[in-house]
Amino acid sequence: MEVHGEVWTLKELFVYPNEYIYWSVQIVMYPFMTGLVAGAFVLSSLYHVFGIKQLREMARFSLVLSFALLLAAPLPLLFHLLQPTRAFNVFLTPHFTSAIAAFGIVFSGYMAIVASEIWFVYRKHFVTQALLLRQKRDRSLAESLLHLLYSVLTLGAYDISEEALRKDEQAIRWLAGVGIPVACFLHGYAGFIFGSVKANALWMTPLMPVIFIMSAVVSGIALCMLSYIVVMEARRRRVSDAFAPYQMTREQIRGVELQEVTITARYLVFFMIFAISLELLDLVFREYTALKSWDILRRVIYGRDFLNIFILQYLVGNLVPFALLLLPRLTIRRAVVSLLLVLFGVFMMRWNVVIGGQAFSLSFSGFMHYHLPIVPHDLDTFKEGALGAAVILVVPYMLFWLFGKILPVFEPEETH
Amino acid sequence: MLTRRAFIRRVLQTISGALGAASVAAVVFRRRAAANTKTARWAFLVDTYKCVGCGFCVKACKLENDVPYEANATRTWVERYILTKKGELLIDTPKGARDGFISPNVQLGKNTYREVKPDEIAKAFFVPKLCNQCENPPCVQVCPVGATYQTEDGVVLVDRKWCIGCGYCIMACPYGVRFFHPVYRVADKCNFCYHRISQGMKPACVEACPFGARLIGDLSNPSDPVTQYIMTQRVGVLKEDYGTKPQVYYVGLSKEVR
Repeated sequence: MEVHGEVWTLKELFVYPNEYIYWSVQIVMYPFMTGLVAGAFVLSSLYHVFGIKQLREMARFSLVLSFALLLAAPLPLLFHLLQPTRAFNVFLTPHFTSAIAAFGIVFSGYMAIVASEIWFVYRKHFVTQALLLRQKRDRSLAESLLHLLYSVLTLGAYDISEEALRKDEQAIRWLAGVGIPVACFLHGYAGFIFGSVKANALWMTPLMPVIFIMSAVVSGIALCMLSYIVVMEARRRRVSDAFAPYQMTREQIRGVELQEVTITARYLVFFMIFAISLELLDLVFREYTALKSWDILRRVIYGRDFLNIFILQYLVGNLVPFALLLLPRLTIRRAVVSLLLVLFGVFMMRWNVVIGGQAFSLSFSGFMHYHLPIVPHDLDTFKEGALGAAVILVVPYMLFWLFGKILPVFEPEETH
Repeated sequence: MLTRRAFIRRVLQTISGALGAASVAAVVFRRRAAANTKTARWAFLVDTYKCVGCGFCVKACKLENDVPYEANATRTWVERYILTKKGELLIDTPKGARDGFISPNVQLGKNTYREVKPDEIAKAFFVPKLCNQCENPPCVQVCPVGATYQTEDGVVLVDRKWCIGCGYCIMACPYGVRFFHPVYRVADKCNFCYHRISQGMKPACVEACPFGARLIGDLSNPSDPVTQYIMTQRVGVLKEDYGTKPQVYYVGLSKEVR
């Protein structure tokens, strides 16, 4: 009879008998996802709160993407739980000395903020669509459903006078402002979940929440930029097919796209510097103070995980895209490569924290190797394997696509 | 007429009033409940000099506590420490020592063994391990739903009906005593055989040990022999620097012990 975690854990030297890799790929996915949520939201707020006009195109887009990611963010946790049907217990009897207990509250609070911000941004759209469909005489079934949907979405507020829209804008600015600290808290708190585990020598550092926030912003911005490029390229291709004099030409779209990407890349680089500095500070500090645990940590960091940490995370995921983004005359193609590498780098960072933290025994005398299950042979190896992780990556995009059907996510903003 | 605004305000007022009253009641009743109980403080004493690594304790524990016999997880286990004359430290606990240490070869991996000859050995000894029932238990602190809790008499228990299986407690325990029960799929650990000690019996491992290496006592009772030993003799605890205040005391602890 197998113990949970036994199938993907390989022990070496002296490891306590109950030790396995209990937190596997889904716990890598969870901070990765919440990181993307927080980052995407911060990016949209840069426009809404600080009025950085150049980010206008990206702002709406990233707000909705953030919401789609947010809805999918609890999924990795559900996949991870051995008793997923009891997940609601966290709301019923939250035990507040636990860092995880606040999850429900922080998460739903943040969701309320993002949802209301989206509502204010698209309220005018809901009203106009609802009114338009209402006037229509012979509605098809789909149109009737849409009419119902839009009518519900207006929440009964049909006032779209100048005055009302001005108030909406105020609300958006206010919500985006409150949202930034809450987004940082949501993710910093994910860092706290790890950083406060005193039993784990690799995780326990007060820098963990800050490191998590910085890498979150990096990954969020990178994902928004990448999604933006994909969408703009698709739009550009559409323009060439049909003659539409009132739309932008292909060159114009390219121009806007490149300009947006170049500007956002600056913010990305800025946050990357912060993230890398903090991670290196942590490493240097551990090496310099050389506590009891350093002996085994050194063997993990410079030995067993060298490829994962120094080659895949720092070199491929940080240094290379950093150079690519900073080289003059950025092109879209170069940006795409750099952004993919940045996302990969942040994913590897999560991996190295979560899996790397379990690569050594609590006895400091042995090691554990993690073998990610690729081909599932039971529910556990599906949920906590490559396939489960893939599901988590796909879901937010399906949601985003769905939102794109009812919200004009890609149209340029008129009111704000 | 009741406006929408007034309605919402009234609903919010009602909810906050009810929550306030409920929390006051909770605090009051909790204090009363705490004041009414007379409590023991269970502690464990392990004499490593007496342990021969027979593994009877592990066997007895598995049978008593419904932990699948073949599963590679156990509520208690015995570690073997061998320090060679060359200064090499070898530690193992094959299957938690369920079947005892029947081979002189030390297990280094799943199917890797290292042969140790008697004349290579500088010193060797056995160390039984179990849950430390910490006074300041990190597993209780991190449980998000309160499924793991500490009783008044100091034992940490798991509510199998409420545990969500997140594994945070397993991560938080510096001693590695927790695991997921293969059948119930919730966190599991040693509880000093709470069902036995609360009925005046001894834990299964204590009963099974032929050499008296394992003893249980009540620290609140000054005349308890275990309490007297802990108070008057030199004893050690494991991983004190984590601030968990463990309540399993060891006689003959050595610096090699992890």
